[in-house]
Amino acid sequence: MLKIKDLYASVEGMEILKGINLEVKPGEVHAIMGPNGSGKSTLANVLAGKEDYEITNGEVVFEGEDLLEKSPEERAKEGIFLSFQYPVEIPGVPMVNFLKTSVNEHRKHKGLKELTAGEFLKLMREKMDLVDMHTKLTNRMVNEGFSGGEKKKNEIFQMALLEPKLAILDETDSGLDIDALKTVANGVNALKSPERSTIVVTHYQRLLDYIVPDFVHILYQGKIVKTAGKELAFQLEEKGYDWIKSENGN
Amino acid sequence: MEEQDKILNDVTQGEYKYGFVTDIETDIIDKGLNEDVIRLISAKKEEPEFMLNFRLEAYRKWLKMKMPNWAYLKVPPIDFQAISYYAAPKKGPKYESLDEVDPELLDTFNKLGIPLEEQKHLAGVAVDAVIDSVSVKTTFKDTLAEKGIIFCSFSEAVKDHPDLVKKYLGQAVPVADNYFAALNSAVFSDGSFCYIPKGVRCPMELSTYFRINAANTGQFERTLIVADDDSYVSYLEGCTAPMRDENQLHAAVVEIIALDRAEVKYSTVQNWYPGDKNGKGGIYNFVTKRGVCRGVSSKISWTQVETGSAITWKYPSCILMGDNSIGEFNSVAVTNNHQQADTGSKMIHIGRNTKSTIVSKGISAGKSENSYRGLVKVMPKATNSRNFSQCDSLLLNDTCGAHTFPYIEVGNKSSVVEHEATTSKIGEDQIFYCNQRGIDTETAIGMIVNGYAKEVLNKLPMEFAVEAQKLLQISLEGSVG
Repeated sequence: MLKIKDLYASVEGMEILKGINLEVKPGEVHAIMGPNGSGKSTLANVLAGKEDYEITNGEVVFEGEDLLEKSPEERAKEGIFLSFQYPVEIPGVPMVNFLKTSVNEHRKHKGLKELTAGEFLKLMREKMDLVDMHTKLTNRMVNEGFSGGEKKKNEIFQMALLEPKLAILDETDSGLDIDALKTVANGVNALKSPERSTIVVTHYQRLLDYIVPDFVHILYQGKIVKTAGKELAFQLEEKGYDWIKSENGN
Repeated sequence: MEEQDKILNDVTQGEYKYGFVTDIETDIIDKGLNEDVIRLISAKKEEPEFMLNFRLEAYRKWLKMKMPNWAYLKVPPIDFQAISYYAAPKKGPKYESLDEVDPELLDTFNKLGIPLEEQKHLAGVAVDAVIDSVSVKTTFKDTLAEKGIIFCSFSEAVKDHPDLVKKYLGQAVPVADNYFAALNSAVFSDGSFCYIPKGVRCPMELSTYFRINAANTGQFERTLIVADDDSYVSYLEGCTAPMRDENQLHAAVVEIIALDRAEVKYSTVQNWYPGDKNGKGGIYNFVTKRGVCRGVSSKISWTQVETGSAITWKYPSCILMGDNSIGEFNSVAVTNNHQQADTGSKMIHIGRNTKSTIVSKGISAGKSENSYRGLVKVMPKATNSRNFSQCDSLLLNDTCGAHTFPYIEVGNKSSVVEHEATTSKIGEDQIFYCNQRGIDTETAIGMIVNGYAKEVLNKLPMEFAVEAQKLLQISLEGSVG
């Protein structure tokens, strides 16, 4: 599904990713962990196509095609979904309009008929239960006045609506209390399928109690320095990141 | 970052979609302005003597006046002698059915997306279509006549209702109010007149489409709306103009008089040709719009969506004379490429317990300059008066400018005046968020801008609001993308 080969990326002349290699197969859940500033969010943003980053080397192949060639909206429509660490507010734009536009852009791309307002509302109601989303939220403007937890729920709700092939969850656990964390994780788990892959970017191990990864990668100074099964997350929890730092010469 | 700017440029540099010229035979008088020209205009229109005197008084005062230069605008010199002050379609001005109307004219309306056929069927909209100075087609007149409502071209009003015209003309905008109003008073060609009798609620939205067409013809429209005691009317004005290389001067005057407990809503969508992306061509729009809430508890509200014109100089205002009267101004002004806009409102509180609200949303892109200029003046006797002003500016890039010039004068201690202002730049994060949900940048900007302007768009009548939303998006095409 996704193959990253020797990927280098920099922002404003500063190199952040220094040779990332990663392969994600359909249905797999990969966790990317690492200390602050190791490049986790950069990797997520580069995959989604944020323009602030310059790709200096390497390639990313998604579903057999060169991903880096494509615009962010093309990537989205072909099945890459990024759950933002800090979802932005868009004042004056109702959630419902935003979501309907989004869903219909995806449908047009797939050659499907656009949904009418009525059909869309029906679809929305079906997906709302999944993350315990309330109409009081969907009736508001995009993310406006949402609490931290509501914003994250809203991201997973959008993921449920768009049914991506690859979901990238960027620090979805940050700022969540344990109940919100469970709700969000339940949503993600409910969307699990043999075709859908997930990359979970996180600093802490606790999210992985609920979203169980097949692989855990440790990103440090722009490189993946360790890859193992889910037990690696527990090791990290015990030893902290200093262990990685000292192993890698710091 | 760079990619973002490129996209912004692309969207803001979209070509004007209504740029075409209708080839209709016109009767144009020689260029130039002097007393003889004014007498000729008045004679061609077969006006009574009071109108000629009104024009001559205005002209003589205008001669002694100077172009205002206090606005934040760079206005190239205008040669008033190089303008022809009268143009009328040669073919007969009155038609009984659409079959008699010049097919080219109908085609023009079709290109604008407002075919008369459809307009006729559009429930609740009467259209007084003004093309180049003379009213060509008036519909729904009979329905209105039953209620005693007068809605006709200004020329007709002068002929058929001279007493009303004489009584109210110049009452909101005196002949020598300002340079451009004086010029308009001297040479205005035609426009609309509307009178709502006592106690009548106008059953439909009244609407006028203006259009500049003949080359080198200054367009001087005059509109007068009088709402008698306890009456109500909602009036729509929309305009688009064909693409032209020469700059065209447009100096309209709109006067509104609201008597006791009368309410007038005046909505404008302005889309004159803004010039090309290099700032060549475009309409110079110097407009004087003013309403007088003369009666107690009367209300006048201005709502405008301004996307066109190379230069906009426009301050729709309310003079709140009657006790408990209310004035409102809601505005969205978009400038792109090399457009310049200096627009805002004046709220003059004279009566007691008067209230006014100003909501101004500026959107700047390209290399444009967009200024809000507003005066809130509370006279000493206007006790317990209130004003709330909110002026927001949204910038789409780093090359455009947004400015706010509020003037506040409060003459008593029981009144409250509030002013809020914000400036923000369209967020790249907002655009990326939309992109990541599969929404392209152009659509995203349309969505964000419409969200930003929503408060004002919501004040527009339904059919206008839809048009205005599309217009916002079209105006910003190529500025982000």
